[in-house]
Amino acid sequence: MAYEEFGLTEGDFYSRNFQKGMREDTMILNLGPQHPATHGVLRVIVELDGEYVIRAEPVIGYLHRMHEKMAEGRTITQYLPNMGRVDYGHALGWNGALVGAVERLAGFEVPERAEYIRVITTELNRITSHLLWWGAFTLDLGAITPIMYAFDDREQMLDILQMATGSRLTHSSFRFGGVCTDLSDRFIETCKAFVPHMRDRLPMYRGLVTDNVILRKRLEGVGIFDADLCRRYGASGPVVRGSGIDYDVRRAEPYSVYDRFDWKVPVYPAGDSMARYLVRMDEMEQSLNIIEQALASLPAGKIMMPKAPKVTWALPKGESYFATEGARGKVGVHLVSDGGKFPYKIKLRSPCYCNLSAFAEAARGLLLADALAILGSLDLVIPEIDR
Amino acid sequence: MYSIINSIPTELIHIVIGLVAIMAFVGIHVLVLVYAERKGAGHIQRRPGPFEVGPHGILQPLADAGKLIGKQLLRPDHADPILYWMAPVLAVFPVLLLFVPMPFGPVVTVQEVNLGLLLILAFSGISVLSTLLAGWASNNKFGLLGAARAVSQSVAYEIPLLLTVLCIAFQYGSLNLSTIVEAQGSWPWQWNIVCQPLAFLIFLACAFAETNRAPFDLPEAESELTAGFHTEYSGMGFGMFFMAEYANMVVVSGVCTALFLGGWKGPGIDGVWWFMIKVYALLGLFIWVRWTYPRVRFDQLLNINWKWLLPLATLNLLGTIFFMKIF
Amino acid sequence: MSAINKILRPITDLWSLVVGLQITGRNFRRTQVTVHYPRQVIDPEVNASFRGPIKLVENPRAPGKPKCTACMICVSACPSSCITIIKAPAPVITPEEEQAFQDAEARGEEVERPSAPREPILWINDFSLCSLCALCIESCPTKCIEFSHDLYTVRTSRADFNHDLLAPFPNALRPETPAAAAAKEI
Repeated sequence: MAYEEFGLTEGDFYSRNFQKGMREDTMILNLGPQHPATHGVLRVIVELDGEYVIRAEPVIGYLHRMHEKMAEGRTITQYLPNMGRVDYGHALGWNGALVGAVERLAGFEVPERAEYIRVITTELNRITSHLLWWGAFTLDLGAITPIMYAFDDREQMLDILQMATGSRLTHSSFRFGGVCTDLSDRFIETCKAFVPHMRDRLPMYRGLVTDNVILRKRLEGVGIFDADLCRRYGASGPVVRGSGIDYDVRRAEPYSVYDRFDWKVPVYPAGDSMARYLVRMDEMEQSLNIIEQALASLPAGKIMMPKAPKVTWALPKGESYFATEGARGKVGVHLVSDGGKFPYKIKLRSPCYCNLSAFAEAARGLLLADALAILGSLDLVIPEIDR
Repeated sequence: MYSIINSIPTELIHIVIGLVAIMAFVGIHVLVLVYAERKGAGHIQRRPGPFEVGPHGILQPLADAGKLIGKQLLRPDHADPILYWMAPVLAVFPVLLLFVPMPFGPVVTVQEVNLGLLLILAFSGISVLSTLLAGWASNNKFGLLGAARAVSQSVAYEIPLLLTVLCIAFQYGSLNLSTIVEAQGSWPWQWNIVCQPLAFLIFLACAFAETNRAPFDLPEAESELTAGFHTEYSGMGFGMFFMAEYANMVVVSGVCTALFLGGWKGPGIDGVWWFMIKVYALLGLFIWVRWTYPRVRFDQLLNINWKWLLPLATLNLLGTIFFMKIF
Repeated sequence: MSAINKILRPITDLWSLVVGLQITGRNFRRTQVTVHYPRQVIDPEVNASFRGPIKLVENPRAPGKPKCTACMICVSACPSSCITIIKAPAPVITPEEEQAFQDAEARGEEVERPSAPREPILWINDFSLCSLCALCIESCPTKCIEFSHDLYTVRTSRADFNHDLLAPFPNALRPETPAAAAAKEI
C-alpha cells in the first residue's frame, strides 16, 4: 500500500491519505464526524499551521441512507414520502422536484389551486429552512440567543404548515397531480396574519445580528467564492447568488406558477460569507412577498387532478428531469423508467453536495474560525449531501 | 492549650478565618451566579430557564454541583497525569487568594495589603498558567489550540488592564484598594467612572477578555474547538474550571467596583451592601453581553487589543499624568 | 469625506453593539413563549391538523367493530411494511356438521357453508417503522383508516410502539388460535 511507505499505519483510509503530503510543522485535525459546528455527521479533515488552514478535505457518507437505491425497490408513489427525509430543512422543495419529474414524464395536468398551494407551502417551508440556518449559523459564530428567536417564529410557521401538510418537519403533502390537503380557512387566516408579523420581526433580526459589528467583521471578506469557482463546482442557490450570478431556478426555468408573482432574486456580487448571509435574509422577505400574493390570488377549484395515480401505478416508459429551487440551491430529480412496476433509476441532485465541494478550495489559507464560518454560510444539511 | 493558641499570631488566625470565609463566599457566589446566568439567558431567550428543581429551579445549581461531583474523573491515555490534575487545582486556588485584599466594606477586608492591586494583578496571571497546563497536558489538539489562544489573549490583555489601573493608582498615589475607595465620594458623580470614563471602558473590555467571557471566550470557543482547553476534563475537573471562571468574574467585578464605582460607598448608608449591589450589576452586564454577541475572531481579538485598547490606554495614562502635574 | 467616515465608522460600529443589547434587553422583559410541557399543553386546535399514528374508523352499522374488511390493500401499499393484519379464519366445521351439510346437499338443498367473516382479528401498526405517509389511508377502499391527532406518542419500550388498533373496539374479533397469538408477538 502506498501510505505504508510513509510509516502511516494508524487512522482510517481518509486520514492516512490526507497525511501523505503533510508538512513537518503542521497538525492534522479531524473536525467531526461529531463536532458542534458541522451540524450532523460531516467530517472535515484539516491541516493546520497554527490556526491557519493549509488544506481541508470534507469526508462525507456518514449518513448515507440509499435514497436513490430505495427507489428501485418500490413504486414511485411509495417512494414519494422519502423526499421529505432527504432534506429535513426544505422537505417540500424535494417533494416538488419528484412530483414535477413524474408529472413531466406522465404528462399530468395539475389543477391551478394545487399549484398555488404548492407555492405557498414551499415558500413557507423555505422561510423555516432559512430561519433554521440563521439560528444555527449564528450559533456557529458564538451568538446563542438568535436561534431561540428564530425558533419562536419558526414554530409559529410550523403550526401554519402543519395545517396544510399535517407534519412539522418531514412534510410530504404533494401528490402526483395535486396536493393531499386543501387549505383550510384557518390556514389562510393565520397565514395572512403571520406575513406582516414576520416582516416586523426581520428588522429585529437585522439589529441583533446583521448590523452587529462583530458579526460583520467575522463575515465580510471571508471565504470568497468567486463566480468562476462556483461554476467549476456546480454550486447553486444562495451560494452563487452571493457571488453575483443571477441564477434562480424559479426565474431561470420557471415552473409551477412562480412566473405570476412579482418578486426579486436577491443577488450580491461580493462572494464572501456576508453576501451569502444577506442573500438568504433577503430571500425570506421575497418569500413573504410571494406568499402574500399567492394568498391574495388563490383560485378556487379542485386540488387533485381526476384519476390521480394509485399506489400500484407504474410509471410510463421514459426519462425526465425536473429541477426546483430548494432553500440550499438547485434540487434536481432525474427519473428513468423502463415501464416496469418500479422506477428503473432515480438520481437526486443535491445542491449541498456541490456547494460543499467548493469549500476545500475556498478554505485554503484561512483561519480555522473562518473556515467554520464558511461551512456555516453554505447552509449544509448533511442528510441531503449523503442522501 | 491556651498558651498554644495564644502563641499563634493573631494575624495568622485572621487570615485563616478570612480564607475559610472566602471559600464559603466564592462557593455561594458561584452557585448564585450559575443560577443567575441560566435564568438570565432563559429570560433573554424568552424561555423560563431552569424550572424543575425547587421552586423556579432555585436548587438547580446544587443539583448541577452534585452531578459534577458524582461523575467519574477520566484522564485520557496519553495525558500527563501530574500536570493534567494540577491544572484545575491551579485554576481555583489563586482565585481564592485574589479575594484577600478585596475591600468589601469599610472594615470587611480579609487583609489590608498596601500593594493589594499589585497582588490581584500578579495572582490573576497564574490562571493563564492553569489554562495552558490544562490544554497542554490533556494531549488533545483542540485543547492545545485553546491553550495557545488563552495564553496570547491573556498576555495581550493584561497590558492595557495594567495601564488603566495605573491611571487610578497615579491619581491617588496608592495601590491599596481600600485607600482608593476611601478617596471616592458617596455620590455617583464623585466616583472615578466620571473622571476616568475611558479607563473604565478599557478596563471592562479587558475584564471580558481576562475572564474568557463571551464575546472573548476564544479559549473555549465551543463551535470551533468543542470546549477548548477543558475538552478532556470530566466531572469536577471541569467543575473547577467552571468555578474558577465564575470566581474570576466576581474578582474582576469587585476590582472594577473598587476602582471606578466607589466600592462600598453609595448614597445613604455606606456598607457592604453597596459593594455587592455594584458587583452584581456588573455581573449582570457580563451575563447580558454574553447572551447577545457573537464571538470575535482570534486575530481580531488581538487587533482590538494592540491597535485600539493599548494606544488608548497609553494616551489615557499620559493624559492623567499630564493633568495630575498641572493641577 | 472618507476621512470623516473613517472617524465615524468606529462610533457607528460601537453603536451597533448597544443596539444588540437593547434588543436582548427588550426581550428579557417580554413574556415567555415556551410551554411548560407536563403542566401545560399546547392549544388542542393546533393538534387538530396534526397527523399522528393511524387509527381505525368504527363501522356505523356494527357499533364496537371496525369498518376494516381485512382486504390487505394497506399492507401491500405501506412502503415501510409496518402494518400486520390477520384475517378472521373461517369457522372450523366439525365432522358432524360436515356430515349434515353433505346430507343436505345429497337431498339437493341449497347449502350455505359458513364463510370467514370479513373482519380482522389482529391489526398491528408498528409505529417505530411508520413514516406517517398516508398511503394506507389513501388506498383504503372502505376509508376505514384515519390519522389520530395524538401528539404524545413517546413510550419507553420498543414493544409499546406496536399499536394494537383493534383495542378501542370492544366487539372486534380477537385471535384465539396460537398462530394468531404468535403473530402478535412480532
